[in-house]
Amino acid sequence: MASERVVGIDLGTTNSLVGFMEGDHPVIIPGEDGSNLLPSVAALAPDNQIVVGNGARTHLIETPDHAVYSVKRLMGRGLEDVQDELKLFPFRLADDLATGEVLRIKLGDNTFTPPEISAYILRQLKRNAERFFGGPVKQAVITVPAYFNDAQRQATKDAGRIAGLDVLRLVNEPTAAALAYGLDKKKNGTVAVYDFGGGTFDISILKLQEGIFEVIATNGDTHLGGDDIDNLLIAIALDDIQGDLGVDVRRNGEAVQRIRKAVIEAKIALSANDSAKLDVELPGGQHYQREITRVMFEQMIKPIIERTIGPSKQALKDAGLTPAQIDEVVLVGGSTRIPLVRQLVKDLFQREPHTELNPDEVVALGAAVQANILAGGSIATQDMLLLDVTPLSLGIEALGGVTAKIIHRNSTIPASATEHFTTGVEGQTSVAIHVVQGERELAKDCRSLARFDLKGIPPMPAGLPRIEVKFLIDANGILHVSAREQRSGKAAEIQVQPSYGLTDDQVENMIIESFDYAEQDFAERQVIEARNEAETILSALEKGRSNPAWQELSAQERTNIEKMEHALREVMAGNDYRAIRTAIDALNQGTMRLAELMMDTAVASALRGKTMQETNVGEGPSAPHPIGKAEFD
Amino acid sequence: MLAGILSFVFTGYQPLNAGYDTMANKDPQSAPLQIEANGSSLLANCWSCGDMRAMHFCNACGHLQPPVPTDYFSFFGLPRKLNVDTAALEKNFYTLSRKLHPDRYSIGNSDEKEWSLEKTSQLNDAYRTLRDPISRSEYLLKLEGVHFEEQSKAATEAARTSGKDKKQVIPPDLLEEVFELNMQLEEARANKKLGEADEDLARDLQSTKSTLEAKYDGLMNELKEYWNQWDAVINRAETGEDVAADRKRTLDSMLDLLNRRTYVRNLVREVNEVLEV
Repeated sequence: MASERVVGIDLGTTNSLVGFMEGDHPVIIPGEDGSNLLPSVAALAPDNQIVVGNGARTHLIETPDHAVYSVKRLMGRGLEDVQDELKLFPFRLADDLATGEVLRIKLGDNTFTPPEISAYILRQLKRNAERFFGGPVKQAVITVPAYFNDAQRQATKDAGRIAGLDVLRLVNEPTAAALAYGLDKKKNGTVAVYDFGGGTFDISILKLQEGIFEVIATNGDTHLGGDDIDNLLIAIALDDIQGDLGVDVRRNGEAVQRIRKAVIEAKIALSANDSAKLDVELPGGQHYQREITRVMFEQMIKPIIERTIGPSKQALKDAGLTPAQIDEVVLVGGSTRIPLVRQLVKDLFQREPHTELNPDEVVALGAAVQANILAGGSIATQDMLLLDVTPLSLGIEALGGVTAKIIHRNSTIPASATEHFTTGVEGQTSVAIHVVQGERELAKDCRSLARFDLKGIPPMPAGLPRIEVKFLIDANGILHVSAREQRSGKAAEIQVQPSYGLTDDQVENMIIESFDYAEQDFAERQVIEARNEAETILSALEKGRSNPAWQELSAQERTNIEKMEHALREVMAGNDYRAIRTAIDALNQGTMRLAELMMDTAVASALRGKTMQETNVGEGPSAPHPIGKAEFD
Repeated sequence: MLAGILSFVFTGYQPLNAGYDTMANKDPQSAPLQIEANGSSLLANCWSCGDMRAMHFCNACGHLQPPVPTDYFSFFGLPRKLNVDTAALEKNFYTLSRKLHPDRYSIGNSDEKEWSLEKTSQLNDAYRTLRDPISRSEYLLKLEGVHFEEQSKAATEAARTSGKDKKQVIPPDLLEEVFELNMQLEEARANKKLGEADEDLARDLQSTKSTLEAKYDGLMNELKEYWNQWDAVINRAETGEDVAADRKRTLDSMLDLLNRRTYVRNLVREVNEVLEV
């Protein structure tokens, strides 16, 4: 049963959450601090340990060069893709990065790839879930922005593997949100999910029919979110500070992070209030103070928010629907708390959007629903099925550098296409294929996914070999390729060189390093818990010895108990929690008669009018076995 | 470099939604309709219980069966006819999705997991192709071994691949209009470049566009007539009648119509581009 415990994880730009289906309702599993949200921040602490979440936030202010946030923006991306981000975010990349290499981020003097940093966040969520269940968690569903490309999805899956999680499915965030909303409603109709989060924007249009959630069209922008609003406000503040106070703090990481914290607070306050005050203490003791009214705020952020209109209209167009044909609109993501965003959605779809579920939690709740479906389903989910689509067209580079599309965007996944290739030169034994993703005419304007080398083609005159290549996009939106030379019937060998991403070997190494570490963590906790239980039973035994019942045992019985006690004390010193538990169980069984005798004594004492305390049992007369493991817990 | 991106070419026609089909490696002219409508000739025994299996699930024990190469019509258990009840098709699609989807095989037998993925991709590809009247017609032509020429999407792709200009054959009934239209379009483009507006010309183009759109809709009705013709041919073939001549004639007519349709659509697109402000 434990192996089928599947959790749903929202690995967000700003916050991450883990959820689980409890009975027929999904719930969020809180962290140790009781909070449902784990800030997606990681930092390298002075003791060279990675800390994540709120703990890392402190480091972000105090030692910004040892911390990183919004790392999701870097997932599955190459150096040349992130130039714009580097201008806006304090990402410190390794100095020796080559083009096409997986990015490495500096935390202090160490470097980490984005999947590794995400893995630290996932590992914390895994721990939270393990604490919640009191047992290991190995399988998960992780959500990704619907508009994530193949490389970004692969990077997310890699992060899961590094964290020691078997990622059963990547689910698109807006689709997950629809699942969370659809669980109770069981209605048929058309739903638009507007998901405006910390770093990404997605719009998905779904058809709901008898429990089937069929995505008809999706669109979005993987670099548009609350972060962009923050960056705009930070830029304005920095200009102000230079203008009003005559100091340029742009290069001061600590000051920038203080400003960032203040503008985020102001942004949040402005969703409820008409104005907010900024007050930031700058290095040197000066204060930057400013009042922002909601009117000013809305003017400033309007251009950012309006960037969601284009993708929304395109999705409607692709779905072949007018706004009037949409039955329900669902809001997802923290940025949809901004009143101006709600107004825009209302205008766009000509109806009041749904906001019943917490926009920060709805994706993780939906992921928990999908996790339940994959684990075999329950009464609540047995009729539910998610049919998602690929957000981007898949193409191959043809002669002249143009893209020949083989699987169109918004095709239901899994989807496949078969193409035939041949050689251009006599005796040629390999053919190279360049696979891209995107809507542009020229392959160079699309996203390069991979270059495949079809090798081992039998030497034949040019044009004679007939190589069948099958492209398959799986239910995670990830591409698989297989090839066969048809004339010889030989399966052609394929060498895949992902354009961006970790090789299998790299991921394996990272898994070995970090998976061990995570397992060790769990084992350690198991040992501590087992020792605590051992202490409990041993102290109960001490009490039993001073009980008259002890004398009623035969000498043989007493020797046996003492042997088992000795055995338990011996294994307690070791680190094998299984051995400790076995010894606890043995002692528990062995003291059964002692417990019964103590119980009789207790009852007899009670009849004689003695108090329970005097009988020294420590439990009420109804307690079945005062020494043993508390089974009634 | 021998194996560079330039060294491969596409071989022949590849439909945009090409799935995993058996016709690809057959000589299409000599071997049409090799697959029985219910696909039964390809079936072996159930891997799990040994019973004769059905298309997707064992009749006896209900286990998922490995994917077999099949055409899209057979996948849904449909005859190779063009009049398709799309509401029933959708229902069938949902029913099969519920049973075949990888979500149902996420935990357990890894062979079944693999088959489920493969079969669901077949299902999705088949549904996508058959629910749309045009792609369904194009798919049938391809199954029947008819090669697209001229304005077909495939020819466009092939022209791109080879770098050659696409051969444009103007449908005879459009010759006059196209000649006139091309002059108007050229004039309109020149105006646009200079930033001038010619309201009379715009009005003319608008009316040509309406004519073309009406023609386009008419072609759809005409296509449906060919569907009926084709379905009748299939019915007669089932009784053992020799229908080779009628079969070829119907396919040729359909091909011609689809080419005309694409041509008209391209014209409408060109007019739209010019009319756009």
